[in-house]
Amino acid sequence: MSSTTEKIQAITSQEYKYGFVTDIEADTVPCGLSEDVIRLISSKKNEPEFMLEWRLKSYRHWLTMKEPMWGNVHYPPIDYQAISYYSAPKTGSRPKSLEEVDPQLLETYEKLGIPLRERELLAGVAVDAVFDSVSVATTFKEKLAELGIIFCSFSDAVHHHPDLVRRYLGTVVPHTDNFFAALNSAVFSDGSFCYVPKGVRCPMELSTYFRINAASTGQFERTLIVADEGANVSYLEGCTAPMRDENQLHAAVVELVALNNASIKYSTVQNWYPGDKDGKGGIYNFVTKRGKCLGVNSRISWTQVETGSAITWKYPSCLLIGDNSVGEFYSVALTNNYQQADTGTKMIHMGKNTRSTIVSKGISAGHGQNTYRGMVKILKGAENARNFSRCDSLLLGDKCGAHTFPYIEVKNPTAQMEHEASTSKIGEDQIFYCQQRGIDSEAAVSMIVNGFCKEVFRELPMEFAVEAQKLLGVSLEGSVG
Amino acid sequence: MLEIRNLHARIEENEILRGIDLSLAAGEVHAIMGPNGSGKSTLANVLAGREGFHVTEGEIVFDGQNLLEMPPEMRARAGIFLGFQYPVEIPGVSNMYFLKTALNAIRKHKGLEELDAIDFLQLAKERMRLVEMDESLMNRAVNEGFSGGEKKRNEVFQMSILEPRLAILDETDSGLDIDALKIVAHGVNTLRSPDRAILLVTHYQRLLNYIVPDRVHVLVDGRIVKSGGKELALELEEKGYGWVENNAADSRVAMS
Repeated sequence: MSSTTEKIQAITSQEYKYGFVTDIEADTVPCGLSEDVIRLISSKKNEPEFMLEWRLKSYRHWLTMKEPMWGNVHYPPIDYQAISYYSAPKTGSRPKSLEEVDPQLLETYEKLGIPLRERELLAGVAVDAVFDSVSVATTFKEKLAELGIIFCSFSDAVHHHPDLVRRYLGTVVPHTDNFFAALNSAVFSDGSFCYVPKGVRCPMELSTYFRINAASTGQFERTLIVADEGANVSYLEGCTAPMRDENQLHAAVVELVALNNASIKYSTVQNWYPGDKDGKGGIYNFVTKRGKCLGVNSRISWTQVETGSAITWKYPSCLLIGDNSVGEFYSVALTNNYQQADTGTKMIHMGKNTRSTIVSKGISAGHGQNTYRGMVKILKGAENARNFSRCDSLLLGDKCGAHTFPYIEVKNPTAQMEHEASTSKIGEDQIFYCQQRGIDSEAAVSMIVNGFCKEVFRELPMEFAVEAQKLLGVSLEGSVG
Repeated sequence: MLEIRNLHARIEENEILRGIDLSLAAGEVHAIMGPNGSGKSTLANVLAGREGFHVTEGEIVFDGQNLLEMPPEMRARAGIFLGFQYPVEIPGVSNMYFLKTALNAIRKHKGLEELDAIDFLQLAKERMRLVEMDESLMNRAVNEGFSGGEKKRNEVFQMSILEPRLAILDETDSGLDIDALKIVAHGVNTLRSPDRAILLVTHYQRLLNYIVPDRVHVLVDGRIVKSGGKELALELEEKGYGWVENNAADSRVAMS
């Protein structure tokens, strides 16, 4: 093995930096899943009857389903009866302001580099922080409320905006959609809800930081974002999780709805614990994310930077129903050590003149396995639909793998499809070129990887782009020129 | 500034350099000429510390430091610059960002303050004129989609920014038309200075019409077989490498 390869391996095998467990007393439901457990979750959350019914309906359907096995990922069978389905930090009654928040919780955020206070003051970002399953702090709510924007935890939305929840919940990802979505629908704990009314442009980036904490607690987030006619919103989601040995299941559902002329941008930086160097531990991340471009001229854009989790199974998709609607998917997925990612998107074109863009960048290092799986479907009524897809893979070292499964289905002859794909190895000559100019090999690898991801990073909101670049161990590319 | 003594180097099992002795003082320009496969590029790469080139014997002393113990980036920071025969493309990394990172790595090593984006831009604009480089190339990815001539100009431009003590230009003339050659040569000539040495590695005499060397060395089969003034290059051009090769063979026979 050449010494450059060794260097790459040394760089790519650095330990996960965010591994620590916060010692907070949690209110945890015993392991296992049954109708009683679901009733207990619903009652603990004081939910109205319609929510309980929906959960039970989902649970009953889930019982009839089988875990999907078509993904290019391998893991031991999950014992769904060994998981605890609800955990809330015991902080007494819900805090009304940051001052009431458990200082230890705030400290956790500090360690993660997301100080709420600073964010609040400096960044102008409204942060709905989810610690395990219950929202502990919501900021900027009042400012948003002036514009009629609702941004709150899902539980709050269920209590204060039940009509909106009822109207849109499950309309994009039905409770019958897939095994993990059905499970989420039955047991989801909390998440975020956002509604932007007609003609309102949300004046700030909305963020939620998710963090899994309590031991062997599956985390089931549910997010619903609705942009009414002419509304515009950008939502950021970022995640890190503490280090621990047993695998943790995460099955989130995100639903987006864009009405006429509305636009939603959803950005994710995912950095959950990926397991150790030998592939022990790490999060199982089985996520269903889907957006519905319901109205004419609507637009939904997904941008994701996936660097964490032992297993990622995730396909943020767009249903392009309204005429002239636009769907976008920009993705960077990095797998290192024994991480496995099977990720991509589905673009379903139904309306006329609908357009979609897919840019996927997969980076594999160590023994990592990276799969792009995408589907572009042009239905019969989708006159003049257009798609552009580009899937690039970068390999670091010689023990990792990159795989691409693009599916294209065209039922209308006016469609225009483009698909580009490439696979390359990070070049020793590139690294040497950088070194010869005085840049050390670690910085060189970061620079080259960052350059490879540039098309995706420039789609991220500024504050996230920085975090994403840090995540890849990269100094600030693109700050000049 | 640079002392090479009895340097032997191999790539895998093949011995390419078989005992090079070369001494270069500050302010001098030396040319290394030789036929294909004589070891010219190997010498350039060994000096820069490229992986895969194994030094088996001899030493290289640069400004009093043992060069062979230094990794490539430390050699670069100490002031060694290699103008590549085939400059490498780095997609997605802007030329500007790349060069600013390089310059600041070198400045940091020297204990100088790092340049911010504005100061760097000013410096870059000034130096770009030297090689008549289009400003738009600064914002493009490193060497990506550059023509052969643009790549070579970019190398000399990088040299002008990094201000090395020793510049090794490996076949900088290859792939250049006469106009581009003149521009590149002008750039290099402008960068000649009393405290900088330049080592030109070239197959053809053509470049030396524009960058006139103080010394010319002819490399054959991993050894310097002849050294002389600038007129040696002209003699070579006239008589071909066969002339020195035969001489070298004769001298070996005579020695044995």
